[in-house]
Amino acid sequence: MAVSLGFHIVFACMGMTMPVLMAFSEWRWLKTGKQVYLDITKAWSKGVAIFFAVGAVSGTVLSFELGLLWPEFMKHAGAIIGMPFSWEGTAFFIEAIALGVFLYGWNRLNKWIHWLSGILVSVSGILSGIFVVSANAWMNSPSGFDWVNGRAINIDPVKAMFNDAWLSQAIHMTLAAFVSTAFAVAGVHAFLLLKNRGRLFHQQAVKTALIFGSVAALLQPISGHFSAEGVAKRQPAKLAALEALYKTSKPADLVIGGLPNDKEERVNYAIHIPGALSFLAKGDFNAEVQGLDKVPKEDRPPVIITHISFQLMVLIGFFLALVSLLYLVFTIKWRYVLIKKWWLSVIALATPLGFLAVEAGWTVTETGRQPWIIYGIMRTKDAVSSMPGLRYSFLVVTVVYLLLSLIIFWLMRRQINTIHEFYPTAKTV
Amino acid sequence: MLILIVTILGVSFILYALLGGADFGAGIVESFAGKREEVTISRAMAPVWEANHVWLILAVVILFTGFPVVYASLSWVLHIPLMMVLLGIIMRGTAFTFRHYDVHQGRSHKYYSFLFRLSSFITPVFLGMILGAMILGRISFDRSETFYNLFIAPWLNWFCLTMGVFTACLFAYLASVFLVGETKIERERIRYAKFSKHSMIATMILGLLVFIIAQAEGHSLTRTFLHSTPGIIMLFIAALLCPFIWHFLNQERNKTLYLRLGIGVQVTAILAGWFYIQFPVLIEVKNSGELTFYNTQAPAATLEQLLIALIVGLLLVIPGFIFLFRVFKIKAK
Repeated sequence: MAVSLGFHIVFACMGMTMPVLMAFSEWRWLKTGKQVYLDITKAWSKGVAIFFAVGAVSGTVLSFELGLLWPEFMKHAGAIIGMPFSWEGTAFFIEAIALGVFLYGWNRLNKWIHWLSGILVSVSGILSGIFVVSANAWMNSPSGFDWVNGRAINIDPVKAMFNDAWLSQAIHMTLAAFVSTAFAVAGVHAFLLLKNRGRLFHQQAVKTALIFGSVAALLQPISGHFSAEGVAKRQPAKLAALEALYKTSKPADLVIGGLPNDKEERVNYAIHIPGALSFLAKGDFNAEVQGLDKVPKEDRPPVIITHISFQLMVLIGFFLALVSLLYLVFTIKWRYVLIKKWWLSVIALATPLGFLAVEAGWTVTETGRQPWIIYGIMRTKDAVSSMPGLRYSFLVVTVVYLLLSLIIFWLMRRQINTIHEFYPTAKTV
Repeated sequence: MLILIVTILGVSFILYALLGGADFGAGIVESFAGKREEVTISRAMAPVWEANHVWLILAVVILFTGFPVVYASLSWVLHIPLMMVLLGIIMRGTAFTFRHYDVHQGRSHKYYSFLFRLSSFITPVFLGMILGAMILGRISFDRSETFYNLFIAPWLNWFCLTMGVFTACLFAYLASVFLVGETKIERERIRYAKFSKHSMIATMILGLLVFIIAQAEGHSLTRTFLHSTPGIIMLFIAALLCPFIWHFLNQERNKTLYLRLGIGVQVTAILAGWFYIQFPVLIEVKNSGELTFYNTQAPAATLEQLLIALIVGLLLVIPGFIFLFRVFKIKAK
């Protein structure tokens, strides 16, 4: 499950962001009539078609896997959080149809209607992402039912969907999708620009992607802060794990980096900023922050992996925010820097970083919730399928997904290599 | 409310069988065809690629929201065949996409085609086996049973195997009739027509076999069928359509519309008839009654929300689909 979700999340991010980038680029074409924008839109749409088809398949698989691996979870949770899933299904359906119109409607439809179909793909793509995140938010912040004697009664699916965590998680995930995808796209084109200096096609592609990427990357730390505040309130154990706070402290230090040592309950090689955690979590430098010592041993999440993933995510987040800030400054004041070799190298190096942060962030929210699958209600070990030999089917799925990733990577490379043959503007300097 | 949801579930199931089934079937037909047919098939399928799986996803979502116990039980007992279906879907979808979008046409093309055809056959066989296992009544939730009795015996038997091959054959028949209208070359059309006839006969024989083997395995399928008037009517309609389809297959002039209408009604009748015989049972459980729509339904509040989502969704999706198909019909400028 973890493997397929980790795989699918990449497609979901692409599905949320790429349509927006394509629609924006097409809009520029409609406004300016410049061929280069049309070429960019078309080149991107080919990649999106591949990703969408594979994403749809892995989404189908996920809808089954929920039951195959977590039958106990679905037995109880199905009726409660089925609603966001059914809305997600609807949104995804519309996305598929609109994408079909977009991909096959070139030269067949009025240009603006074609553009509108792109907008529809964007809106439904983002909505379907948000619905799924709301189901995940419910696992962190279960609501909309009463748990009596191991059964859910008085189910209210609407309340379950709009649980306390859904808004902050939805915003954080949507921004993350934009940051990761936009930086990946910009990175690939920057790399090609390094190999083929001065090509207009790639310059415009980098620019379009970075407009969205930089705004999202600058907003992300703010949204991250609000998410953490919410976690501090709702899941103190998770906050303690991601900050590696073993002992309840007043005031609590912010621990940056370091390697947590579970046995001695301390963090080695870390930088401590006095009182900063109290301020970030509670808005007061002297507030008390609950540590892991307040949590019974069997209810503690794994600290090392949660803390390190969290640090990685934050580090990348701040790095990309810094790059974005520089980008905006350069765009306004020193435009000539934007085509400098070192700057393009930075962008090219950032290609995988956004997705790395997405994976790390997803690890944080999932392992940070452990040992619970539904926070405070159901333990993960009680939800997993009791079928013997489950690890074999796990192994099969893992291998298949790894193979798929390799093949997609290889296929995209082949696609990218042919850009210069297909699009005239990709050759002009 | 429950009946409405069950109806939508049934409709999405039938649509998956018709649209997804034609997709699977085309892969099977391709195994028996040459290079030219491959081009036709790829062209006919490309616009809908894997979009047809949305009907399956819809059915799954209705099942796990509206009838979570059934969903959870099925995915526990039938873990292995479900896993095989999933692997088949993954393999098929990616092989086809890669074949279609890969810019280079070389050796890799042959591998894609092989995987595509293989999975097009295997997936419906396992789908049919799963349906067979649901009604055969060998499913048990008694944890003291052996691994074999719990996770293998319910679906690995002659009845389920026949159901599986029947499903694959039905899909191949569906696809070949559909493909008759997809080509302008007479020689190719004749090949599809011939294949349609062969698969029609095979489907009928296998359908009969399903009843015979059910009898042999001690299942009361034949008796329930004979007591269900709608079931008999549906099967009668399906049988009645055979000579008509046969007739139109022999026509040289293009009778695409009649053929497609005929096969559509035929497959719908078979599935609807089966649905009637089944209702309201979802799973027959060994020695302890059955799981039905009634005794597994989610609380009313959930069903209500599900129904709203479904109706709003369908109101948006159906016009969308019609528009999409019209776009395909427009000639590119």
